[in-house]
Amino acid sequence: MSSFEPKIVAFLCNWCTYAGADLAGTSRYQYPPNVRVIRVMCSSRINPAFIINALLEGADGVLVSGCHPGECHYTSGNYMARRRLVLLRRMIEYMGIHPDRFRMSWVSASEGAKWADVVKEVTEAVKVLGPNEIKREQAWMQPSL
Amino acid sequence: MASKRIGVYICHCGVNIAQNVRIDELRQFAAGLPGVRVAQNYMYMCSEPGQEMIRKDIAENGLNRIVVVACSPRMHEPTFRNAIKSAGLNPYCLEIANIREQCSWVHKDPDVATAKAKGLLAAAVTKVALLEPLEEREVPVTRSAMVIGGGIAGIQAALDIADSGFKTYLVEKEPSIGGHMMQLDKTFPTLDCSACILTPKMADIKNHPNIELLAYSEVTDVKGFVGNFKVTVRRKPRYIDETICNACGTCASYCAIAIKDTFNEGLSKLQALHIPFPQAIPAAYVIDPLACRYTREGTCRQCEQVCKELNAINLDMQEQMVELDVGTIIVSTGFQTFDPNRKPELGYGRYDNVITGMEFERIVSASGPNQGQLLINGKKPEEVVFIQCVGSRDKTVGNEYCSRVCCMYTAKHAHLVREKLPDAKITIFYIDVRAFGKGYEEFYDRVKGEEVYYRRGNVSEVYRKGDKLICRAEDTLLGQAVEVPADLVVLAVGIEPAAAARDLGRQLKLSNSPDGFFLEAHPKLRPVDTGSDGVFLAGCCQGPKDIPDTVAQASASAAKAVIPLARGTVKTETMVARVRAEACRACGYCVDACPYDAIELGEIQLGRVRKTVATVNEVLCKSCGACSAVCLSGAIQQSGFTDDQLLAVIGAIGKEY
Repeated sequence: MSSFEPKIVAFLCNWCTYAGADLAGTSRYQYPPNVRVIRVMCSSRINPAFIINALLEGADGVLVSGCHPGECHYTSGNYMARRRLVLLRRMIEYMGIHPDRFRMSWVSASEGAKWADVVKEVTEAVKVLGPNEIKREQAWMQPSL
Repeated sequence: MASKRIGVYICHCGVNIAQNVRIDELRQFAAGLPGVRVAQNYMYMCSEPGQEMIRKDIAENGLNRIVVVACSPRMHEPTFRNAIKSAGLNPYCLEIANIREQCSWVHKDPDVATAKAKGLLAAAVTKVALLEPLEEREVPVTRSAMVIGGGIAGIQAALDIADSGFKTYLVEKEPSIGGHMMQLDKTFPTLDCSACILTPKMADIKNHPNIELLAYSEVTDVKGFVGNFKVTVRRKPRYIDETICNACGTCASYCAIAIKDTFNEGLSKLQALHIPFPQAIPAAYVIDPLACRYTREGTCRQCEQVCKELNAINLDMQEQMVELDVGTIIVSTGFQTFDPNRKPELGYGRYDNVITGMEFERIVSASGPNQGQLLINGKKPEEVVFIQCVGSRDKTVGNEYCSRVCCMYTAKHAHLVREKLPDAKITIFYIDVRAFGKGYEEFYDRVKGEEVYYRRGNVSEVYRKGDKLICRAEDTLLGQAVEVPADLVVLAVGIEPAAAARDLGRQLKLSNSPDGFFLEAHPKLRPVDTGSDGVFLAGCCQGPKDIPDTVAQASASAAKAVIPLARGTVKTETMVARVRAEACRACGYCVDACPYDAIELGEIQLGRVRKTVATVNEVLCKSCGACSAVCLSGAIQQSGFTDDQLLAVIGAIGKEY
């Protein structure tokens, strides 16, 4: 178990968290490499199906991170995302996946250090849960042809 | 559908990427991916030779999709879009993989960094194969600007934009422009009289044909986007017609109600009917509705009787809501000083001879409550102690930052004390002295030479002993606790963002830095832009600064704000939502989800059928993607971030390669 390195997909909104993650890089904060980032313009773009898909493909954890509530670049996108994804968390638990595999965070464009902390914390938390219980046949873990 | 011919370009970025990512291995990996015709690497892809490499390959190899594997797209997406556009390829056939800020800079182990870079590269190649060309559009711009906040920053910005030939609205919440600079006596390091250098600019505002001044007004709502903002301004009732009032002041002498004079920091009183200060612009009186007998209880009306010739007073004046169309906006809402009641150990509020730096300015000012005489309780102070860093560099009050101006304004204050009281004992308790600007170190030197005693230490307590105040501190250079007596203690209070501006920030979708000031788009290269296109920052609302830096930033902001106005057009969002009418079931979920009311349900002709479908107003759409997430049919999709594209990316990004 100690050699298990979780694979985590993160959906980051362009204006806040993605910029904050860039700032973490510029400031050279080091953090574990387990998180791979997909950029979207707003956390409201996230269809719950994306998260299910990511888990089916073999992600051990999924993270969605956007602007702090009240500071969405598009006014209300992060509120919609929050409501939708809180429901999703209940659903994935019902599907037999540990709900802590799905995380949300709010990181603003000036919070580089916080992004590094979020990555460390989520990686540690998912590591403890072990590998994903459900994944498709042609999952990520299979070497590509 | 034409086959995709993909070119992958990997940047070394000097050693920034190459140090931790094995570039050659990455390039070979890229060359083996489906659809990739060309895989190259270069030292600096963003440089001219780097861009030329891409252009050449587009021409010679018929490439129709480009992946750049380099720094963050937030850095160079526009650069590479322009590069491929100049080679004749649609600028939206580009995808960038960030292997610098989010890979090589944060993972030192090359095995780990290279493996992750492969995943990010593969995801970008997968996505670019699914990208479609998008059309760029330009819309006309409203050729006027609005400056919110009429202190020195706003005044300078407004003058520059107006001088460029564009109509400028200057909105100020106080009855007069001038801001905090008007309250200052002399300015460091030249000891220029603040009002003397400011009032000519205020007069210029009043006289400028291109400037419309909306004083005693506040912005309540902002809609629209760069080039086409609709701003609602609430014009508070002055109860005096500012176009008629000639500021003779006769009315005020009949007003029986006295209020605290906030211009003098509460150190004196004036009438409820007053002019904020003699040089106010607009040069008109104003009535404080919270104090006036008529507005509160319907009695008095003395002032109306007095202004018989001009009839300038209208006690039944109502507030007015005004809607203005502007192309760009500058935010220059300034600052407030730290409230030293938050540090009760320093005695402010308990002892009336503990004052703030701003109160000191008003006391020594010739136009202040004492006509410039430095008297405390009617007597000249013999011993004056200044305490630096009050409310700055202080985690306990949540202000970790340095307020930048206090070392210099305290040196100035010490100099003024020496000038007025040649025999006074002057002590300044400091932590570090920051004399960074032009002429600042020389001024500091001069002040030290005037027998001003700088002692390094943080004052922990100010208490009364007999008829003196005692300042208790550790003098760190002596390594001893000291107790210094004082007749006057001046607290060098720091600068905080104006609390009143917080709502405006939300209206304009401005982010805040951790210290609470408005966040600039990039700390080094875009200090006046914000994340919201067309909205710019000037002055202390962006961070503490002195007058020279404020004026410089205001002019910079004005130059930026003029760009769209001068061009006359602005590009609209390209990656807008698009509807596949045949798939749309007109459920209306997308209409509800859109924060900009950019989607409507309407009937269209689809072949031989009339059908109700969602339609997107591409000028209003800001390409957030909210609609695409809620669509039950997958009919409405955000261009550049469609479900197909994102699902394909999810499939590719996590693989072990």
